[in-house]
Amino acid sequence: MSKTLFDKVWDGHVVRKIEGGPDVLFIDRHLIHEVTSPVAFLGLKSRGIKVLYPERTFATADHNTPTINQHLPVEDPLSANQLKALESNSNEYGISHWGLGHQKNGIVHVVGPEYGITQPGATIVCGDSHTSTHGAFGAIAFGIGTSEVEMVLATQCIMQPKPQKMRINITGSLGYGVTPKDVALFIISQLTTSGATGYFVEYAGKVFEEMTMEGRMTVCNLSIEMGARGGMIAPDETTINYVKGREFSPSADGEAWDKALAYYKTLKTDDDAVFDKEYTFDGSLIEPMITYGTNPGMGIGISKDIPDAGSVEGGVSTYEKSLNYMGFHEGDHMIGKPIDYVFIGSCTNGRIEDFRAFASIVKGRKKADNVTAWLVPGSHIVEAKIKEEGLLDIFTEAGFVLRQPGCSACLAMNDDKIPAGKYAVSTSNRNFEGRQGPGSRTLLASPLVAAAAAVTGKVTDPRELL
Amino acid sequence: MAYDKFTILKSTAVPLPIENVDTDQIIPARFLKATERVGFGDNLFRDWRYNTDGTPKTDFVLNNPTYKGKILLGGKNFGSGSSREHAAWAIYDYGFRAVVSSFFADIFRGNCLNIGVLPVQISPAFLENIFTEVHKNPETEIEIDLKAQTITLLATGEKESFDISSYKKDNMMNGFDDIDYLQNMKSEIQEFAAQLPI
Ligand code: SF4
Repeated sequence: MSKTLFDKVWDGHVVRKIEGGPDVLFIDRHLIHEVTSPVAFLGLKSRGIKVLYPERTFATADHNTPTINQHLPVEDPLSANQLKALESNSNEYGISHWGLGHQKNGIVHVVGPEYGITQPGATIVCGDSHTSTHGAFGAIAFGIGTSEVEMVLATQCIMQPKPQKMRINITGSLGYGVTPKDVALFIISQLTTSGATGYFVEYAGKVFEEMTMEGRMTVCNLSIEMGARGGMIAPDETTINYVKGREFSPSADGEAWDKALAYYKTLKTDDDAVFDKEYTFDGSLIEPMITYGTNPGMGIGISKDIPDAGSVEGGVSTYEKSLNYMGFHEGDHMIGKPIDYVFIGSCTNGRIEDFRAFASIVKGRKKADNVTAWLVPGSHIVEAKIKEEGLLDIFTEAGFVLRQPGCSACLAMNDDKIPAGKYAVSTSNRNFEGRQGPGSRTLLASPLVAAAAAVTGKVTDPRELL
Repeated sequence: MAYDKFTILKSTAVPLPIENVDTDQIIPARFLKATERVGFGDNLFRDWRYNTDGTPKTDFVLNNPTYKGKILLGGKNFGSGSSREHAAWAIYDYGFRAVVSSFFADIFRGNCLNIGVLPVQISPAFLENIFTEVHKNPETEIEIDLKAQTITLLATGEKESFDISSYKKDNMMNGFDDIDYLQNMKSEIQEFAAQLPI
């Protein structure tokens, strides 16, 4: 029978099918961090069980870490306690631990691919919903809860009903100044935040074939924001070139690589395979996007006005509550809205390409006086490249400061909080009420839009500055 | 972690008629710093429930003594966003045993089932009727019968059935969790792992 890419990977990992219940799914690689793992380890301890395959789990500290002065002890005692728990649990159970200050440290979904933990056709989970990022490699990757973290530690399996399958095709080519982030925000604005709930998405079409791995990661990262469990893109030459030779990839010459390569080549949807749902959009119609509300589905092309409540799906009172929170009105222009903060970083847009894009606009310009900007690389590798490629000089000259790797203002668990009432153009993934700090107001956008806002102090079409 | 068995729940309900309630609202990230599973109920809906100085916001439903009970009524697409299981813990810890909505986000639904909170998905029309009745009379009771997979609005007798896999239903009715099951198939898992291509 014809199969989709998703079927092939999923079916290849089912250890057992439970009658009237979920599938028992084997997990190849498991990523953990300090926030969602401590209670899972407590569970293991109280049951008196060991980690079944410690070599398949990797720990990094990211959610709750400071992004300045990482060499100093962490001040917040609760955060310090979580970091200590991650370290001692990892040590006790024999798990690789990349703590604060470790050269491999960084955001879990940035370091996973960088070190080849992420592999085509693998199953990957982590107690963080943006685990969907790794789907860019043709992996089945999704976020799980803490009970499931405990399951994976104990048995390397979780129990999940098989999701339905959706394919999203984007034809044509992207316009000038339009980035993978815009593609993702566009799709979510079309499908809404619940439009793909219950589905696993495959992205297909020329736009994705032409995309770099970094871009594909940005798109897959945001799959969760339309409700999907995850999203994936079939591996091709671009994928294989990226994976080859990385530390945790199958060794690049010899039998292991040949075997892996043979497997990678099988990872595509058969021509006559059927999806439960399918959408097609024309990529050439996508504009640089920006959000105006309190969920990622509330996004529009940057030149557009905020829609009327009547023209959007969902309840009017919920819509009004959202605009009220943002201090916006129906019919407002987005262009020209003054902003206070710019955040570039997170597992959505904290990779080297994102900083290159940011630099392409701020080069030769100056940071606007009314803007506080946080530039937070996704990992030490990204940080090192920023320096190597001379981007840091560009940033410094334009009045920006580079911080140290971590999740930072993406979820504002550390001190990087946007103050109440302030507007932030943010390259992260969520604009929920208070996501970036109590009372913060987030406008999600691409690194180009963020850069344009950072130098003009207001929402600006980046195409005018490129 | 063990939880109380779920059979029949008859209770009044707390209405929260807002759509797309995300887990950042259910429990904001800054309250995720604990390394043990205690005290999350105190911060359930923290920023909707309290002012920044810690005083309660009187117009939020959890601060309105008229509404109480073990059932939380939510709008469409309840539990979207972050995968934090802490959201489900906060709901359980506060004292809710079931959440009723016309649509749930996937990860949230799974987390609830894993820790003993029953997500009950019903039609939008029925949900609307329950909201109306509960607003009219906060003493209105709702009965959720897990064995029969039905939910009944006792004031009107209106009833709907809801979906749950027989495996999860069994777990909830007995207070079991998945690890108990998986632990018993360890050798099968190890044999499986040995034949994987990567
Ligand atoms: S950057 Fe944000 S979304 Fe990504 S792992 Fe960190 S907290 Fe999660």
